[in-house]
Amino acid sequence: MSIGPLQIKAISGHAGTVPGRDTSRDYDVCKVVDVTTCIGCKACEVACLEWNGYPFRQTVFDNTYQTMPDLAWNYYNLIRFNEHTASDGTFSWLMRKDQCMHCADPGCLRACPADGAIVQYANGIVDFQQEYCIGCQYCVTGCPFNIPKFNSETKKVHKCTLCSDRVGVGLEPACIKACPTGCLHFGSKDDMKDLAERRAQQLREHTSHTNAGVYDPSGVGGTHVIYVLHDINNPEAYGGLPSNPRVPWTVRLWKGPLKWLGNLAMVGGIIGVTLHYLRFGPKQAPSDQAEGRP
Amino acid sequence: MSVVHKGILRYSLNERIVHWIAGLAYVYQLLTGLAFYSPHLFWIAILLGGGPTSRFWHPWVGLLFTAVLFWMFDIWRRDMRITDADRAWEKAMPHYIRNEDEDLPPIDRFNIGQKYFFWVMLYAGILMLLSGLLLWFPESIPWGARYLRYAAILLHVSAALLSIGAFIIHVYMGTAMVRGGFTSIIRGEVTPAWAKMHHRLWYDRITGTTPTRR
Repeated sequence: MSIGPLQIKAISGHAGTVPGRDTSRDYDVCKVVDVTTCIGCKACEVACLEWNGYPFRQTVFDNTYQTMPDLAWNYYNLIRFNEHTASDGTFSWLMRKDQCMHCADPGCLRACPADGAIVQYANGIVDFQQEYCIGCQYCVTGCPFNIPKFNSETKKVHKCTLCSDRVGVGLEPACIKACPTGCLHFGSKDDMKDLAERRAQQLREHTSHTNAGVYDPSGVGGTHVIYVLHDINNPEAYGGLPSNPRVPWTVRLWKGPLKWLGNLAMVGGIIGVTLHYLRFGPKQAPSDQAEGRP
Repeated sequence: MSVVHKGILRYSLNERIVHWIAGLAYVYQLLTGLAFYSPHLFWIAILLGGGPTSRFWHPWVGLLFTAVLFWMFDIWRRDMRITDADRAWEKAMPHYIRNEDEDLPPIDRFNIGQKYFFWVMLYAGILMLLSGLLLWFPESIPWGARYLRYAAILLHVSAALLSIGAFIIHVYMGTAMVRGGFTSIIRGEVTPAWAKMHHRLWYDRITGTTPTRR
């Protein structure tokens, strides 16, 4: 559990007030990915593999700058590459660091049936606990960002942990440490939101990216990974970032009203047949009664 | 056995085997399915060997269940056709519910409730098979077709709930309500009186009796 650094409340034999006492501390963590300064070097991918102890996968050449087609159970972090032609004919290479968004309303957690397999920490990190995972992959269906990946050998699902094991002891996520251009930042949600908004404003005022904005989708309650995009109106261009992600309505229906309706129907059915038996009793064929058979 | 009358074979050994494979497979699916359905019932998965074990076997037993359903379909589809006699009987069903069986028109081997149960289980089973396959391999469905996965979740749980409703009534009638029914699906035989009372047309047909109207 990530508790953040120790904050002093009282000091023995200390004259005067305690330094920093009663200051509020925002524990909501957040990662900013400024795609406008990402050069696609993939240092974050390597740092992620190194910290999590996974081997580097063989790359797949598809005639573009994309090194691998998709995330994998042992590959939490992937730069998605897109050659994009804007409506005015300008051409650009779009690079987006894709990983778990750590939604405030996580579809994976809503869909998961296994006790304790997915936890959301108070700091916003959504983490999979593989020892409790039963391998049903409902999280795969619940996620609006197509993030969780299944290991078919161990029957467990994995995804980016936002380095909860590092953040819990006061360190930054591994990817942040590796970024050479400063496109990645990590801190409290308020600070990072402010940083991202200022960068977007800078882009709007000083560059041709007049539609620059911050991607922090409200459909999933906001996310703890946010993007600065050149064009906030077209997130789909960045390797399929959904413009309005939401937990699928069928998942919400299934885990909400349908569950209660189903429970009522099942209990109602059992009560119904019991009442029928009490009121009308069994149906007996005549000779059964005559011979005293049950 | 100290029965004076001669029993009538209602279910062949084949039919009884098919029924009980389907029954046991369904109960396993029901218990593990309920464990995944509600956190308050997750303890069932623990009892059945743990969450991962329950999740591992649920789709395989589902395949067995649907395979047996198709076998059942092959055996019973003719008997399960809904006839005019069934329609007449259905109109008088309130009498059946109130155990006023003397007011019911005669029917053949199965009554319309049994036929509905058969068809509900067959179609719910097919829906659960199709949606279950999608839920089994969600990553093999392209992201562009993810609506299939969302639909599969709803279909699977809806078909399951429908089948559970039918199953509750089936178990109640087979064990508690209709006396003689439970032994017939175990040992295969019913008494002539039972056959005459519940399935007059069937009794007349298999015993070669001239059809009589009461």
